[in-house]
Amino acid sequence: MTTTSPITVPDRRRVSKAAAPGQAPRRRRFAPGAGRQHHAGPFAYFALAVVGIGSLFPLYWTLVAASRTQDEVLDSPPPFLPGGNLFSNLRAAWEQAHLGKAILNTVIVAGSITVATLFFCTLAGYAFAKMRFKGRGALMTTVIATLTIPPQLSVVPLFMMMADIGWGGQLESVIFPTLVSAFGVFFMRQYLVEALPYELIEAAKVDGANNLRIVWSIVLPVARPAMMVLGMLTFVQAWNDFFWPYLALDQENPTLQVALGQLSASYVPDQSIVMAGALISTLPLLVVFVIFGKQIVGGIMSGAVKG
Amino acid sequence: MATTTPTRGAHGSRSGRRAPKPDSPGRQAWRSRLWRFDDKASPYAYIAPFFLVFGAFGLYPLIYTGWIALHRVEMISLDQMDWVGWENFSRVLQDPEFWTAVANTFIIGVISTVPQLLVALGLAHLLNYKLRASTFWRTVILTPYATSVASAAIVFALVFRADGGLLNWFLDLVGLGGTNWAQGHWSSKIAIAVIVIWRWTGYNTLIYLAAMQAVPSDLYEAASIDGASRWQQFRNVTIPALRPTILFTIVISTIGSMQLFGEPLLLEGGTIGAQGGTEHQYETLSIYLYNYGWKLQHLGPAAAVAWAMLALLLLIAAINWLVGRSVRKTAA
Repeated sequence: MTTTSPITVPDRRRVSKAAAPGQAPRRRRFAPGAGRQHHAGPFAYFALAVVGIGSLFPLYWTLVAASRTQDEVLDSPPPFLPGGNLFSNLRAAWEQAHLGKAILNTVIVAGSITVATLFFCTLAGYAFAKMRFKGRGALMTTVIATLTIPPQLSVVPLFMMMADIGWGGQLESVIFPTLVSAFGVFFMRQYLVEALPYELIEAAKVDGANNLRIVWSIVLPVARPAMMVLGMLTFVQAWNDFFWPYLALDQENPTLQVALGQLSASYVPDQSIVMAGALISTLPLLVVFVIFGKQIVGGIMSGAVKG
Repeated sequence: MATTTPTRGAHGSRSGRRAPKPDSPGRQAWRSRLWRFDDKASPYAYIAPFFLVFGAFGLYPLIYTGWIALHRVEMISLDQMDWVGWENFSRVLQDPEFWTAVANTFIIGVISTVPQLLVALGLAHLLNYKLRASTFWRTVILTPYATSVASAAIVFALVFRADGGLLNWFLDLVGLGGTNWAQGHWSSKIAIAVIVIWRWTGYNTLIYLAAMQAVPSDLYEAASIDGASRWQQFRNVTIPALRPTILFTIVISTIGSMQLFGEPLLLEGGTIGAQGGTEHQYETLSIYLYNYGWKLQHLGPAAAVAWAMLALLLLIAAINWLVGRSVRKTAA
């Protein structure tokens, strides 16, 4: 759909001009290399700008709606600039949806899940990348296979188990099932396979380091860039998780997403207050995104393909 | 590849830099055994947390779901399980609402996945050109990924509102007239698909882009020498090279669309959202499961729904595998 971009790059003339006998003379504009070597034409920028506006507009609209009254938001024509009600809406959302508690809970949940995921996934990723042990291939296949199991399949017994061990409605019921992630193991393995030379491990062994010591002084420092990326991806995911927390947590003890869901599902919600809640839940991640966007982009690009 | 150094036992002493005191032979043997144990056990110790957590909170509940599905379990008395055999399954399978949910999940899955992946492919192709501020474009396109299901659904609910919704205002402005988006059978599904597409297109774009950048450029050179046009290069070089990645994104998106929950739940909110619309017109399987288990409080049928979802997933996996195989065959 986008291949018709009118790209006019000067021919590099790297290709021999002699056309094979019987063939029509080659047209010059088909220079070697499909995309990478060519500069994008105006059409590409135009298309990207349209998609970019589409990407960002709903977020901007959240801000606009969160800073207006409900009547203004539903007015025709709708307002396109932020108004002056932001702080009163934020306060109303704060009071109606236990948002203070929700923010604290979300930080606890996302923080502990991120720390645990980083630790366990780096260890497991290192083992799968650089250690030889029986069943390694089969176990790695198992890890990847678990990626395809949606949480829906196990929520009913999970809910019963959590009630049974006394974690019903508690944050533990959200934290513990997500302490590790198959994606994390896979991601760290992919990184360490290439980033960690065997010579380094060998040298440490010759120097008499045991395995834990090797993990601490060699693997962790080498893995740090990948851990940064995995940490951010995990944090974003844990912060945004909705389905299981919505089922598992009490109304009085929600995470931000659960509180937001309840706020919008409440009887005749005020839209601008709901949007203020949405703004509170989205803003911290947007800040993370603006600061670390490049790394997150790189992380997604490096994590997904090499499999 | 070898990771064990056979000589390590002989190097025994940990403080290798200082002149080592010669160990007694017995002590050395013990230490060397310790090393070997360390080498043998460590990998298992490192991967154990994953398998323990997955076993306890993933695999065990998955199997246990099947057992619960054969019982009557009510939300108010979770520890009381009465054997009912296949009753839950037959109850669910005879419920027309269940089949509505299956159809809805399937339809929304298709109309969200297909355009999403096609657009992602095109965008990745654009991003693969030499661009000014390429990181900026990539980040902008990925931004929706940082939004939660809840926030996205709420914002789009406002956009798709029948009364005073942004979209209807715009449609009215250009003379197309408004639609009651959430009420319509197709329009509500389209609205949900739009939320999904908005959140995930950027993610898939980056995956495709990474795969495109891994395509060796001599392939393009060769195609170009053979006189292939740009479109032919895209079709005959880029797409085949991306086939495994495309398959991967199809699988991931399919699994994702099986899970759609927040988008339909919050499109209208309240009790209407919890049953997937006044006529269940956008009720997905996850909503159906939630409705049975958490609204009606019957966990037995909810577990049966979970197993029906598992069966559907296996079916889709089988289809994927068959299609993948036939594609490989025709390509060979």
